[in-house]
Amino acid sequence: MADDLILEIVTPEKMVFSEKVEEVTLPGTEGEFGVLRGHASLLSSIEIGEMNLTREGKKSFYALNTGYVEVTSGKVTVLVESAERSDMIDKDRAQRAKDLAENNLARIAKEDADFEVMRAALLRAITRLKVADRS
Amino acid sequence: MAALKDIKRKIGAVHKTKQITRAMNMVAASKFKSAQNRLESFRPYAGKFMDVLNSLALRVDAKNHPLLSVRDPKKIRVICMTSDRGLCGGFNTSLIKATERFLRDKLAQGKDVTLVPVGRKGRDHFRKKAATMNERTDVFGKFDMSLAVKISNDVIPPFMSEEYDELYLIYNEFASVSTQRPVVVRLFPLPSIGQEEDIDPEKRVEYIYEPSDEVLLDRLLPMYVHVLLFRALLETSAGENGARMAAMDNATRNCDELIQSLTLQYNKARQSAITAELMDIVGGTEALAKG
Repeated sequence: MADDLILEIVTPEKMVFSEKVEEVTLPGTEGEFGVLRGHASLLSSIEIGEMNLTREGKKSFYALNTGYVEVTSGKVTVLVESAERSDMIDKDRAQRAKDLAENNLARIAKEDADFEVMRAALLRAITRLKVADRS
Repeated sequence: MAALKDIKRKIGAVHKTKQITRAMNMVAASKFKSAQNRLESFRPYAGKFMDVLNSLALRVDAKNHPLLSVRDPKKIRVICMTSDRGLCGGFNTSLIKATERFLRDKLAQGKDVTLVPVGRKGRDHFRKKAATMNERTDVFGKFDMSLAVKISNDVIPPFMSEEYDELYLIYNEFASVSTQRPVVVRLFPLPSIGQEEDIDPEKRVEYIYEPSDEVLLDRLLPMYVHVLLFRALLETSAGENGARMAAMDNATRNCDELIQSLTLQYNKARQSAITAELMDIVGGTEALAKG
């Protein structure tokens, strides 16, 4: 149905979300973008970042790990390696992860193979903290 | 009388063993349940992922991607996925055997083979027998997608820089509680994806690609490796606990049998002891009567 927009968030662990929404904003590789119903078919990769959705006039926020999104008529499928809703985030854990990643990053050289891994870990922790503050 | 006491002690010991095996069976059963649930809930993710990857690969000429490039395989790496703990029947043994067979074949062909053990049992077995690297042990207690990501981060860059030419994954495919089959899968070069017949024509949609389709494929292929590895990890974990459940169930039954036969022995010994005592008394009174 053209006047509905169904959002599905799927992670390897479970189907996180599957409901009708009014609007979704996603952290695409080429920048943040919003999807409303009737959006053209689109396939985009997703960066570590913040997603928000509006359902029955209420906004909720999610911290996303990398993945991609597929938009077809009336349906948005977000496939990410993890997705956490703002009120599910353990802030202390995120803070610890952030501190650890920062320490690790300070220790290793930029050329190190682990650098990117650590950087991603740091980014994830920062995003989680940011999203947690939204609730 | 000494024999009687010994048997009694033995019965006690077997009984205690039985309690342990039964407890292990129940623990394995609950772990198995949760592992199976995870496997179940991973399915939609894997399914959706394949749909998109296939439709994308159809559009892009994927043959040029470094992860799909076929080279003369001189150097080979093998991920051997076993469990961390034992007491799960033939689960690890059959996998190790399959790995050894594979190694022998490849070595006979003059290839240079390095093992990447995942799980303690495989690591312990191959530590002194084969060249190993990037081992990961004690991982199955609690793991998520990030473990699959870590393993692929170990293997993807050296493949891209042509440090080795082929990567295989050997793991136990989970068929049912009592059946796990070791399977060998080639990971790199990735087997061809995006075959025409894989795609449901109704699902074929023209998309706007963001960023371009090549860049997108570049992003999705490593994720595909994560998906393959994560599935293998989940199947290993489900298979391990299923196998342990079955093994411990057997062990518990064996204990029952043992207890039964020991009890029989005990009763026989007791009976013959009583008989011997009676004979003594009878013999004694007879002697007194004569005297």
